[in-house]
Amino acid sequence: MAQKASNTATGTPGDFPPFNQRHLLSIADLQQHEIIDLLDRAERMVPVSRQERKIHATLTGKTQINLFFEPSTRTQGSFEIAGKRLGALVMNMSVKSSSVSKGETLVDTATTLNAMRPDVIVVRHAAAGAVELLSQKVGCAVINAGDGAHEHPTQALLDALTIRRNKGRISGLTVAICGDIGNSRVVRSNLLLLGALNVRTRVIAPRNLLPAGIEHLATEVFTDMREGLKDVDVVMMLRLQHERANGRMIPSVREYYHFYGLDAEKLAFARPNAIVMHPGPMNRGVEIDPAIADGNRSVITEQVEMGVAVRMAVLDALLPAGDKA
Amino acid sequence: MTRPLLIENARIVDPASGLDHMGAVLVENGRIADISKGGPVGVPEGAEVIKANGQVLAPGLIDMRVFTGEPGKEYRETLASAGAAAAAGGVTSFVMMPDTTPVVDDGALVDFLIRRAKATSKVNVLPAAAITKGLAGQEMTEFGLLREAGAVCLTDGRHSIQSNALLRTVFSYAANYGMTVVHHVCDDALTGEGVMNEGLFATILGLKGIPREAETIPLARDLQLAMLTGVKYHAAQVSTAYSLDLLAAAKKRSKSITAGISINNLALNENDIGRYRTFFKLATPLRSEDDRQAMIEGLRNGTIDTIHSDHDPQDAEVKRQPFAEASDGAIGLETLLAAALRLVHSGDVDLATVLRAMTIRPAEILGLDSGRIARGAPGDLIVFDLDYPWQVAEADFHSRSRNTSFEGARLAGKVMHTIVGGAVVHTHAEGTP
Repeated sequence: MAQKASNTATGTPGDFPPFNQRHLLSIADLQQHEIIDLLDRAERMVPVSRQERKIHATLTGKTQINLFFEPSTRTQGSFEIAGKRLGALVMNMSVKSSSVSKGETLVDTATTLNAMRPDVIVVRHAAAGAVELLSQKVGCAVINAGDGAHEHPTQALLDALTIRRNKGRISGLTVAICGDIGNSRVVRSNLLLLGALNVRTRVIAPRNLLPAGIEHLATEVFTDMREGLKDVDVVMMLRLQHERANGRMIPSVREYYHFYGLDAEKLAFARPNAIVMHPGPMNRGVEIDPAIADGNRSVITEQVEMGVAVRMAVLDALLPAGDKA
Repeated sequence: MTRPLLIENARIVDPASGLDHMGAVLVENGRIADISKGGPVGVPEGAEVIKANGQVLAPGLIDMRVFTGEPGKEYRETLASAGAAAAAGGVTSFVMMPDTTPVVDDGALVDFLIRRAKATSKVNVLPAAAITKGLAGQEMTEFGLLREAGAVCLTDGRHSIQSNALLRTVFSYAANYGMTVVHHVCDDALTGEGVMNEGLFATILGLKGIPREAETIPLARDLQLAMLTGVKYHAAQVSTAYSLDLLAAAKKRSKSITAGISINNLALNENDIGRYRTFFKLATPLRSEDDRQAMIEGLRNGTIDTIHSDHDPQDAEVKRQPFAEASDGAIGLETLLAAALRLVHSGDVDLATVLRAMTIRPAEILGLDSGRIARGAPGDLIVFDLDYPWQVAEADFHSRSRNTSFEGARLAGKVMHTIVGGAVVHTHAEGTP
């Protein structure tokens, strides 16, 4: 292989014990030590992307399929770069319609792809549980890149890594997540992950964006953003889908921004050194003031960078060590 | 003519008369000819004899809510396969929902179904007719002609009529013919994209919830309109604790209001969904354990009148899907009795109460002369072993579909003989589960 010269590594830099999970479907499947293990592995992957020759070819000869039933430029791109920097052969498949009535079913798609003998399939689907269903029908590792409003585990991992790098720790912090809680997979994965690491979690949203039973998943629930941001270490903003602010869920963008948009005045309630995060893509002026999004407390672009490191670490961890080149 | 049939040494349990006694029952010419308590009985010449050995002899079950695939989706279920499943499950009569292709909204189709069932089904098939043409919830069908053709009741099956004004007209016109209206209560707008009970569990799974109010609001409307019109009203299936409060209040004021429940809502709860198991995706969603407990109490105190299987055959193509995209429904004819007996074995409800809800109560609501062990009543009977242990395995089913919500469940209670019109249509084969 052309990459052979630089391909001397045989695992994550730093040598980690085998990772005992076949898939990454949900943060709920991970023990605390496994979460920390993945974060440590990701930390070691960060320098790979910062060096001139961005290659750490532990997956040479492996095939990675990115199967996206919902378009997502960033997540798909991040997984693609992660796979390529590990030397894997990466194929992108975008399936326009996940409609049941037309064309083949998800299970058919899984069976077809499985016959091509991939080593890992990265899946994004609009329906909760779809990735798990697909994982039951294939013989390779499956990574959940977002399933409906259920989970987005690599997002939670990259958020945690970003927090750890900025705060030096995760445990004991107070993290507020603000926005469309009900429809967000990012929230569910983050609440599970942060909860497992003893973080005090807060969710902030108008009542009609709060799902039933959320008080059992977050430490505290707020409908007033100023109260909710008081003394927090981390502010995570969520994207508000424009179509929700059409008078059916939310009266208007301006009303939403007035009460739930992150601006300097509201951010002042957080700790002075609090960081601002957003999973992207952002709606500047809807949920966040552009000055904050691009300001010095924002770690939003660092999240994108950590995304590549986390996905490299996950890909590397899931493919069995004995199987490697 | 079939030979006379004598079932002896049986524990006769007849909720209609309150009888629970050892004895024998003689069936001649398709009808119950004699009932004797205790002591030996004379065997008529040429009679077939079933020695029940102390097993329970009860009226055959009447299942008020069964979907089939005939006509239109015979690969899911035919009248023959549904009949075989019913016979194996101890169901001697079932009400067939009009949700077929075409929809049963015309007298000629009712007539066809009755003839077809007579020719192919082991058990009695009672066709229900659609309330609205094409189940579209817009225009009334010909209630009078449908009744003359043999429709046993009116229902829009899985569909729920949303218009209050139309429903008032429907109730009042059905009352005109003394027809029972069986209505599925569901507010479509409140249900929205919901796919399971609203609550913490749905939130964890990232699934949209169906609030309880999507049932209680239309139920409250139905009950008011039923009292206004005097129609014989049967709430097809209820699932929430508050529905019972509404029903109890309405029943105090009107004798013609009744309610049913799916065995699923008595035996299972939302936690059974686990990680997106689509066989537990049901059109009246599984609710919380608190609701289930309330439903059991509702059955005990008579607020709930009937238990049915909600037998709804679906194929793998529509069930092996992400939860939100999968079809609703589970089959249940073959597990109805054993699942209901769970409530008896657990000490929650006594045997007569459970059987009443599947025999005499449906018969009364539908105006049938079956559902009881009485001289002259149809010879529709079952003999079952109350304690027979077995494990549900989809491969053993007679139904053409496999979407059971009890796969792998360990149940106690098995039908040994099913008798329809005095003829034995099913006998449990020894050595099988």
